[in-house]
Amino acid sequence: MKILNCPLNGPRPVSEFFYWGEVRPMPNPATASDEVWADYVFNRNGAPGVKKEWWCHTPSNTWFIAERDTEKDVVVRTYFYEGED
Amino acid sequence: MPWRLLRFALNKKHPEPRMFNFHEKLKSSYDVVIIGAGGHGLAAAYYLARDYGITNVCVLEKGYIGGGNTGRNTTIIRSNYLTPEGVKFYDESVNLWQDLSDDFDLNLFYANRGHFTLAHTDSALRTMRWRAEVNKHYGVDSEVVGPEVVKEAAPMIDISCGGHAPILGALYHAPGSVARHDAVAWGYGRGADQRGVEIHQQTEVLGIDVQAGKVKGVKTSRGYISTNKVLCAVAGSTPRILKMVDVKSPIYIHPLQAMVSEPIKPWLDPILVSGSLHVYISQSARGELVMGASLDPYELHGTRSTLDFVEGLTTHMLEMFPFLSNVKVMRQWAGMADMTPDFAPVMGKTPVEGFYLDSGWGTWGFKATPVCGKTMAHTVATDSDHPLITGFSLDRFRNYALTGEKGAASVGH
Repeated sequence: MKILNCPLNGPRPVSEFFYWGEVRPMPNPATASDEVWADYVFNRNGAPGVKKEWWCHTPSNTWFIAERDTEKDVVVRTYFYEGED
Repeated sequence: MPWRLLRFALNKKHPEPRMFNFHEKLKSSYDVVIIGAGGHGLAAAYYLARDYGITNVCVLEKGYIGGGNTGRNTTIIRSNYLTPEGVKFYDESVNLWQDLSDDFDLNLFYANRGHFTLAHTDSALRTMRWRAEVNKHYGVDSEVVGPEVVKEAAPMIDISCGGHAPILGALYHAPGSVARHDAVAWGYGRGADQRGVEIHQQTEVLGIDVQAGKVKGVKTSRGYISTNKVLCAVAGSTPRILKMVDVKSPIYIHPLQAMVSEPIKPWLDPILVSGSLHVYISQSARGELVMGASLDPYELHGTRSTLDFVEGLTTHMLEMFPFLSNVKVMRQWAGMADMTPDFAPVMGKTPVEGFYLDSGWGTWGFKATPVCGKTMAHTVATDSDHPLITGFSLDRFRNYALTGEKGAASVGH
C-alpha cells in the first residue's frame, strides 16, 4: 500500500486520504469575464509533471498540499497551505 | 512434402502474407497524419481510405498497434446512454459493429450477451427509468426490469448482495455485447494498410509545427513530416499532445484498472454492471471473468496496478457472487483514462486549423470505436464536424453547454 506523509499525522496509508486536484488560483468571481471563469471552472493542466495538489487526511480532516510527480507517482513533499505564493 | 514446404517457405516469390506492411522510412509529407494506432485512430484511417479515397495517410504510434486503451478495456459494447446526443451516437456505433467481422474478413468474436445495469437504490432505479425512456424514444432496445429477471438471467447471483445492497431492479439492454478488442484494432489496421495507409509503430510524436494558427507539420522521433491535417486519437496521452499545440482542455487523466480470473466453466451469459457496488463483470469466450471497477482516486500518468484495487473489487464481487471465493485472479492491468467533467467525449475541430481531436474517451471509448472512426474521417476529410458529434465539441465548456452523460457511466466514478 502506498504511504503518504500527512504534515499533522505522519506517514499514513493513501486510502485514508482524499485527493482534490491541483492548487489553482481562483479569479475574482465578481470581476472575471465568462470566458475567464469557464477557463477556471473547466480547464485543467492535464499534462504530467510535478504538481502542487490539495489532499485531505479524512479521519482528522486535515487539508494540506502535496507536491507530486504525476508521471512517476512520487510525492516530493507535503506541507500546510500558507497562502498564495 | 518437406521439400515442397521448404521450397515455398524459403522462396521470396511466395512470401507469407503479413497482417501489416512494414515501412522502412517515413515520407516527407502526408495528406493526413493520425497520432495513435489504437482502435480509434486506425478506424479513422480505414474510413478515410475506404469512404473518402484519402490514402496518403500515416498513422504514428509510440508503442505498438492496439497497445493502449484499445487492448486494456473490458470490451463491453452498448448504447443505453442518457443524453439524446449520446444515445444517437452510440446507437450508430452498435449498428456499425454488426457487420464489422464481415467487413474485415476477420472474426471479432462479437457476442451479443444482453447487458444489465443493476439498481440497488431508489435513486438508481429512477435514473434507469430516465435512461430507458430516452433510449426508447430514440429506438434503442432498453427497459427497466425487476430483480426476478436478473435472477433468471444470472442464477448464481445473490440478489440481496449479502443483505445490505439488495437489487431492486435493473436497466436491461438486449443489444449489449462483447468483442475481442485487439482484433478490432487489427481489423481496422489491416483494412487501412491494404488501401495504402502507412502505419508506423515505435514512432513517437515530439512536437507539432503550428504556424499562424495552422498545422504545418509533425516532429517525430524518426524525422519531420509536413502535413496540413493532424488527427489526435491518443486517449490518456491527449494532454501531452494538446500541450504541443497550446490548446487548453478540461481533460484530466486517472488510471482505470481491470482484471481477469482464471478460466472457469461458462456460467455467466449476460454482462452485469453495478454502479453502487462499483463493479462490472462478463465472462469471456475463454471462460475468464473480465472484471472492472471505478477509476483510481487520483491523477496519474502511468499504468501501474495496485493491490487496493483487487481487494476493493473482489470484496464487492463476492457480495454478488459468493461462490467465486475460491476462484483465482490471473492478471490485472491499468489504462490511462482521459476523463472529462461531463463524461462525454471531446471531438472535432479545435482552435488550431487542421488539428482535430478524438479524445475525452475516458472509460467509455471502446464501444464507440467504429462510429468515432466514421465521424472523424468525415470531419477530417471535409473540415467540418460530423452532425453526430456537434454535441461533443471542445467549445461546449467555454459556452457552459455541457453534455451531461455521467448518469450513464457504467459505475459511479
